[in-house]
Amino acid sequence: MTTSVSPPPVGDLAPEPSALRRLARSAERLRLPRQPLVRNLIFFVLGGAFFYVVTVSVSAYNDFQIGEIALYAVVLAGLSLLTGLNGQFSLGQGAFMIIGAYALALLQTHAPMNLALELVIATLVAAAAGVVVGLPAARLSPPYLAGVTLLLALGLPQLADQYGSVFGGEQGLTTTTPTAPGSISAEQWLAWIQIFCAMVVVLLLANLVRSRFGRNFRAVRDDEVAASVSGIHVARTKVLAFAISAGCAGLGGALLALSTGVVNVGEFPLSLSIALLAAMVLGGAGSLIGIWWGAVALVYMPTWSTSLSKHLSLGTSAAAYLSDAIFGAVLIVVILVAPTGVQGGVRWVLRRLWVAAVGQQNLRQATDGGERGEERT
Amino acid sequence: MKIRSSRPVRYRSVAAVGAATAVLAAFTGVGGPASSAGAAGTTGVTSDSITIGATVPLTGPAAPGYSEIAPAMNAVFNWVNARGGVYGRKIHYIYLDDKYNPATTAKQTRKLVLTDHIFADVGSLGTPTDLAIQKYLHSEKVPHLFIESGCNCWSTPKYPETLGWQPPYTTTGKILGTYIKANFKDQKVGELYQDTEFGMDVMKGINLELPASQVVSKQTYVVTTLSGAMTTQMAALKAAGAQVVVMATIPAATALAILPAVKLGFHPQYVVDNVGADAPTVGPLLATFTTAATKTKLLAAAAKGLMNGVVTNAYLPPESTATNPWIKAESALLQKYTPTLWAKHGLDGNTEYGVVLAYTFVQALKAAGKDLTRTTLMNAINTKAKSFGAPGLVPLNYSKDVHYGFMGSQVVKLTASAGTYTTPSGTWPVAKAVSPVYVTTTGSGKVTVYKGTEPPVPSEVAKLTAAR
Repeated sequence: MTTSVSPPPVGDLAPEPSALRRLARSAERLRLPRQPLVRNLIFFVLGGAFFYVVTVSVSAYNDFQIGEIALYAVVLAGLSLLTGLNGQFSLGQGAFMIIGAYALALLQTHAPMNLALELVIATLVAAAAGVVVGLPAARLSPPYLAGVTLLLALGLPQLADQYGSVFGGEQGLTTTTPTAPGSISAEQWLAWIQIFCAMVVVLLLANLVRSRFGRNFRAVRDDEVAASVSGIHVARTKVLAFAISAGCAGLGGALLALSTGVVNVGEFPLSLSIALLAAMVLGGAGSLIGIWWGAVALVYMPTWSTSLSKHLSLGTSAAAYLSDAIFGAVLIVVILVAPTGVQGGVRWVLRRLWVAAVGQQNLRQATDGGERGEERT
Repeated sequence: MKIRSSRPVRYRSVAAVGAATAVLAAFTGVGGPASSAGAAGTTGVTSDSITIGATVPLTGPAAPGYSEIAPAMNAVFNWVNARGGVYGRKIHYIYLDDKYNPATTAKQTRKLVLTDHIFADVGSLGTPTDLAIQKYLHSEKVPHLFIESGCNCWSTPKYPETLGWQPPYTTTGKILGTYIKANFKDQKVGELYQDTEFGMDVMKGINLELPASQVVSKQTYVVTTLSGAMTTQMAALKAAGAQVVVMATIPAATALAILPAVKLGFHPQYVVDNVGADAPTVGPLLATFTTAATKTKLLAAAAKGLMNGVVTNAYLPPESTATNPWIKAESALLQKYTPTLWAKHGLDGNTEYGVVLAYTFVQALKAAGKDLTRTTLMNAINTKAKSFGAPGLVPLNYSKDVHYGFMGSQVVKLTASAGTYTTPSGTWPVAKAVSPVYVTTTGSGKVTVYKGTEPPVPSEVAKLTAAR
């Protein structure tokens, strides 16, 4: 994982110091607007263009997987904000995914409307559930909050079993797969919907992070007493962060329901909630670029470990647990080598390259900017 | 100054996105869409090969027992391929792990369809999992054959490609109910079932046959929290004075119900739906749970014996009838063509299940003829299934309107005094027939006696013999 991360920029920048310096100079001339909204919009457009190019050039199955990456990125974005920015932990994101997924399925069954509207409602329902859980939870310190959310992830699936007439029991409910216009494949169309949602979520969160709310989140994370003395309503801030993360999980769950075509509790085991937390830490808590590393790991780790175990000709049961083992090992290595996650590691490498390119003189400026950049991304 | 200092950061972010682009592109294998369909004509079929696939739980909570089925199917395919295939086409069977998670099933099935270009999905396991792919397979026109589930939900004109394999749960319930009504006439009956469609549909069938006054207590369990002994439920059944306990339980739940009953001094007559009554599957679980609870292996052997006397139903020739030529052939196939599986499990309810299912698919391919397409295959199954000659106590019932394979079964009693048979996991009581073979419908149709006999064993199968 870590090795595959660093090479590309090295290859791009390696040629020779003078050329490198020229490149750096011209990069310095390339000014982006300071306004967070405008700058984030530029990233939004660039990201959209990138995903467009990728999705049209790969196979339908890869499109399906890219859509999955996007939906997990939505969930991880909320979780990353919650943990990285507000210092709260949730082991129950899977439960909020269930809420979003069932909300979408129930809407589509009983009151079908425009898909965009359905997704917004599913998000709001999950966010509202986040407020309900968050209100008492805001009084708890992180380990206890983790316990409460864990209970939620364990208990909520029972509810779906208990009220089978509403939630369809073990079989669950069906969702309507969006019809692709023209000659676009169903997988590609679905991936675009999911990517669009992910980009919008990241855009909104990137702006939120730079706003008053973002500063409040960080203030509460760093010192609740100090934040309170500064006039920040601590409990309200924590509940808001929790609701946003729940809303993101709900949207992700709804998007997963679109992929699967069926919603039932079997899709959201406890292991999913834990894998989400691990993927968030892997990518880098609090980083909106890091979530993409986490999402890629979530989607591709099982595939890679399967092919690896085929190479090693392991038995099926050993092969199946290899995925978890590799995930755990990678997580440990990342935490040891780059405590700020993969994205933190990438940033560190790039900073070194930058110093090599423009010289020691600019190091302080770069570092200074880097710290502020961490907050932004 | 501040403006200047922030520029490197921007550049860095751009570079990070660039790196992410490159890596993501590498992961997803940018390089043009994969070509669809192999040779001209039908997807997954060439002049010398047929590619089929399935999603099954190889790991996770549903894996014990069920993970044997797909590998056992390869015993038949390896045998057929060694003999040159079907019309010169060798069968490639790709089964992927879905951990019994429908979201994973959906993903893995897309892999099978979009990158492995399967001709048909054959023998995917589970109700919620197969429901998650039914619509998709229909939209891709991929036959969705022999689903390993007895859900009453597979037969619908909306999905002509979907065919279930096991007897629908309601039919097995009706047949067990008929037996209870005839043989335990004035006894009090208690019910214990899984709180999902599986349990409820079996009980629906039981309650269609049994007078309501005879049922004294109804107990359920939730499968997602199935972990400890079901003492509460068994105590309630005992308190209600149940003399017969009829159960719709998965194998682990059967064991977790029988063990606390022994502790409570409660020894009812058990009538267990075939899903959770395979002795070589439930027996080792009984032993494991006993060892775990008592921290000693002393009682494990005795626990294994608890399956003796259990009444259940069978739709395939019971694996314990060693004299049955089908059973001999099935053992031989497993021993010769999947030796590792044979050494580990022998012929139990799961491996037999896989072998018969795969053999049926091969017969379907033969019936579809040399010109194999998805349409000719579906037509062959819908019109000729009764003449496939696959082992089964009742003939395969597929037609354009009915998408269930077996619509009947026979009630059997696991009876150690009638003989035993041995598998790698232990020695088990044989299944002794205690009723005629019954057939029925999923609705309120009557339970009737089926007069036909098992199909004869074809000579190429009869030639297969092995030491058991």
